[in-house]
Amino acid sequence: MGAESSLRNRFERGLAAPICLTWELTYACNLACTHCLSSSGRRDPRELSTDEAKSLIDEIALMQIFYVNIGGGEPMIRRDFFELIEHAVGQHVGVKFSTNGTRIDKAAAQRLAGIDYLDIQISIDGADAETSDRIRGVGSYDAARRAMDNLKEANFGQFKISVVMTRESIEQLDAFEALAVSYGAELRLTRLRPSGRGVEVWNELHPTLEQNRMLYKWLLARPNVLTGDSFFHLSALGAPLEGLNLCGAGRVVCLIDPVGDVYACPFVIHDEFLAGNVRAAGFGEVWTNSSLFKSLREPGNPGACSSCGSYDACRGGCMAAKFFTGLEMTDPDPECVFGHGETALASKSVTIRPLSSPDHSRRVPVALSSR
Amino acid sequence: MSLTSVDAFDASQYWQLSEQVSLRDEAFGALAYHHGNRRLVFLKSRELVELIRRLGEFDSADEAISELAPADQRDRYVTALASLHRSDLLNGR
Repeated sequence: MGAESSLRNRFERGLAAPICLTWELTYACNLACTHCLSSSGRRDPRELSTDEAKSLIDEIALMQIFYVNIGGGEPMIRRDFFELIEHAVGQHVGVKFSTNGTRIDKAAAQRLAGIDYLDIQISIDGADAETSDRIRGVGSYDAARRAMDNLKEANFGQFKISVVMTRESIEQLDAFEALAVSYGAELRLTRLRPSGRGVEVWNELHPTLEQNRMLYKWLLARPNVLTGDSFFHLSALGAPLEGLNLCGAGRVVCLIDPVGDVYACPFVIHDEFLAGNVRAAGFGEVWTNSSLFKSLREPGNPGACSSCGSYDACRGGCMAAKFFTGLEMTDPDPECVFGHGETALASKSVTIRPLSSPDHSRRVPVALSSR
Repeated sequence: MSLTSVDAFDASQYWQLSEQVSLRDEAFGALAYHHGNRRLVFLKSRELVELIRRLGEFDSADEAISELAPADQRDRYVTALASLHRSDLLNGR
């Protein structure tokens, strides 16, 4: 364990380039999920052009960033979507992209199946249409299942089914597992963050302490279920879950948004965590020299958690979850498995819950047209 | 898939870094990423990174180790190469 913990300390001081770079290609989206991390909906007119996006990919290749996680918005809405991912994989930059699946018809599935170094995550938020559509909108579950069928028919190979753990979906873990098995797919579970539009639904939808304990045991028994290091706050319950088990914000992780703004992680699209923009000096300059990232790479202050014997396991939890619930960085995670976060929240007479600064939500509700 | 990927690692044979693997230098050593199986591997010493980069220049892993690694650490390096071999990072001829 000694070597592992020294490696983790090394990661907390930052790397030459991120391990996990997320790039939201567009704020445009044909859905309006209630928990959207990036408050997506409308395209931003300042979105990076095709040429700018390609230069960014060239720089990513030069920095030897092995793969990029592409999201949005719905990334496949961009007309140059295939051009950009083909440009990336052509230079050995792997692409993992998240999609609601609405644009994966039979032809798109065929084209995707022909691309190397490509991983696809299709999002659902329930194991049945009723549960999933409550979050993602009417028709979205069936559309996602059609995309899965099309990928299977096109022999894409193993794709991922990605689910955010809410108070409802967490009760359907075994059904998600069975669904993944039926497609020969991998299951990927991530944490509900109070970020973006999630600020408004987090109180009602985040899992209870009991549910989180159950999830921890479920995951521990299934090391093949992917989590993107999402649940490291649960590692305080005992043996560590798979992954690096640390907050990677600005250290091993960051986010580039559709207009080229660089944020510390995918869950903090907010002015307070804005490190710079790739249009000015390029991505590498922001990653290496931004004062925000430099400060995130300083040793953290355990704050209220310093007397807890589990601090080494959970590192105080998720920065974004604290920030958007109105906690201080030195407070426990709002979903601390010992309930310290709930106590901290309850003890504050005033908590200010910041809204995401850029908000691209549509002003009117959208209905998914069947195509 | 060659048979060698399921066999035990034999240091007396020729080995080289798989062409599917990218290496990126870091302060602690390097990150290795296998584009095929998507495995990310942490190489925690600069000497090991140098050895892996140059492995294919030698007729055998043994020869590379005696040239590039301290004599008293031979076993450590063989163990490290064997674990990389298990993750499909090394190819034979």
